[in-house]
Amino acid sequence: MPELSYLEAIRQALWQEMKRDERVFLLGEDIGRYGGAFGLTHGMLDEFGEERVRETPISEATIVATAIGASLLGMRPVAEIMFMDFILLALDQMVNQAAKMHFMFGGRTSVPMVVRMPGGSGSGAASQHSQSLESVLMHFPGLIVINPSTPYDAKGLMLSAIRNPNPVCFVEHKILYKTKGEVPEDDYTIPIGVAEIKRPGRDITVVANNIMVIKTIHVAEKLSKEGIEVEVIDPRTLLPLDTKTIIDSVARTGRLLVVHEACQTGGWAGEVIASVVGSPAFDYIDAPVRRLGGKDIPIPYNRGLEMAAVPQEAEIEQEIRALVGGKI
Amino acid sequence: MSDDNGKGAEKDIGSREQFEEMVKRLELSDNSLIGLYRTMCTIRHFEYMADKLYAAGKVHGTMHLSAGQEAVAAGISQAVRPDDYLINHHRGHGHFIAKGADINMMMAEFLGKDTGYNHGRGGSMHIADFQSNNLGANGIVGGGIPQAVGVGLALKMQKRKEICICIFGDGAANEGVFHEAMNMAALWNLPVLYICENNKYGMSMDVEHAVAKLPIAQRADAYGIPWACVDGNDVVEVYEAMKTAADHVRAGKGPYFVETITYRYFGHSKSDRNLYRSKEEIEDWKRNRDPIMRFTKHLLQSEILDEGQAQEIDTQAEQVIVKAVEYAEASPEPDISTLMEYVYA
Repeated sequence: MPELSYLEAIRQALWQEMKRDERVFLLGEDIGRYGGAFGLTHGMLDEFGEERVRETPISEATIVATAIGASLLGMRPVAEIMFMDFILLALDQMVNQAAKMHFMFGGRTSVPMVVRMPGGSGSGAASQHSQSLESVLMHFPGLIVINPSTPYDAKGLMLSAIRNPNPVCFVEHKILYKTKGEVPEDDYTIPIGVAEIKRPGRDITVVANNIMVIKTIHVAEKLSKEGIEVEVIDPRTLLPLDTKTIIDSVARTGRLLVVHEACQTGGWAGEVIASVVGSPAFDYIDAPVRRLGGKDIPIPYNRGLEMAAVPQEAEIEQEIRALVGGKI
Repeated sequence: MSDDNGKGAEKDIGSREQFEEMVKRLELSDNSLIGLYRTMCTIRHFEYMADKLYAAGKVHGTMHLSAGQEAVAAGISQAVRPDDYLINHHRGHGHFIAKGADINMMMAEFLGKDTGYNHGRGGSMHIADFQSNNLGANGIVGGGIPQAVGVGLALKMQKRKEICICIFGDGAANEGVFHEAMNMAALWNLPVLYICENNKYGMSMDVEHAVAKLPIAQRADAYGIPWACVDGNDVVEVYEAMKTAADHVRAGKGPYFVETITYRYFGHSKSDRNLYRSKEEIEDWKRNRDPIMRFTKHLLQSEILDEGQAQEIDTQAEQVIVKAVEYAEASPEPDISTLMEYVYA
């Protein structure tokens, strides 16, 4: 099976879907000759032309609004917000408009659009270019929030996102762009709202998203050599959230840790934990349920400070050991 | 350019000859003129009935009434095609009626009934009719202005002949997206007719205290968009400006901007006690420049209608509204069991 990077997998999904469906078009800042700030749309202008790889002025609210308007007329726009932080400039359109149209208009229309947005820290981009705002977006019924961790998932989820009739926030992680994995050339989709057990294990359930999935799997492999078996669950879609897979897992393992890069306060870990402790899995819980989120600070510039601001493998390992060892 | 600020004596409506010359030049048939009159009467009755229903405690939420602004809605509608797309602001009843919305479904939505356009989920502020390319009213001031860029872009990409009519108020022109959207619509030469319905107040804020340079429409110059500013209480003048603008847009020449100067009789919404304007000012507009009164005078003067016929049309319009209320009141409430429907398509 061919190996692609996370970035290439998303590009391949866009490319194949634009070939398959002429209603699909891209819009965003610098996505043409420049190829997008991260190079994700590189080569697409030459293949599809200016009409379908539409470069926009720096006007995020109107980029999202343009996607909304076009989707109401049957187009399938995929907008790029250069850094996830900038979606805040377009939040009225995303939240007050797109998320509510199907409902507010009594089900008589829908907004089939995708807004791509790379988030996350680790690139020294400092406080205004490094946030993980997926928890914020989860608060708005009507939106779908997708957050892939692997190239395989990224392609399959992007194809599902474009074909879905609802507004989708497709949250990428900029540090994952270069990570590689096997990605079939074929057209395949991954269902929205379905979590995946990335690694089975009997001792503890760790729920993590995007880059934290990768970090947790590394830790799990290390601990496995000592006989600690960690079950790693990647929700893949944060809204709607597949709580069933998580609850079933905790009922088996009896322990739960949730890891995310987003600031801990108000982060989605709280949502997962509340769902689990309020479920019948409560009876099987053998240890305190814990969350390991980003520190409640803006992301700093300095490399050491930046790393210390979000969970790293050592902390994930420490948390797991403490929970499994009954030390918390 | 509009000539007045709403103060003073009765608006001079001009001579019979001037009116007839204008109507002839614009090729407006008697039937079209009578249609305009009927539309304005229907809107006026809808709005006064809405106010009455509210006073009777039958309306759960808020409402934004457009009585006094009927000529804008009627004039636009006459100048564009029924299948053109409409993106509207929160004071939207008149524009929907003029576009041909089902009054029963509008009234049912206003009363929150399941038979309403939005199955009772939207209310007055969010009425939409996707069957007739009416993309709805918007509760966020200026929220629809940038969406019109997307509608225009889709129309262009799909090589269609319809255009997008995007209507907003004077207050919305001060939102940032106004400028983003004007720039992009002009940059991409999109088929969008932007209409600023300036009723002089953004809630309580007088437009002269909110806009650094008037008219608002002159801002279009900054984006290379042609513009006009007209008397929004003269339905034929509105029609003429909209026809010119719509023809320009439909011919593929890019966006056009028309500002209409008008006046609302009711307060901004149900909470408004009109503390920011005088009774005399409101009375002056009602007495001296009411759009229906002015147009009726023309129709009578030019013998297009006699007083009996004018009265009959007005009575018929009132009956349509009365029947709509009967329909709405007899309609079922949405079943609570359907609460979670329509969140996702």
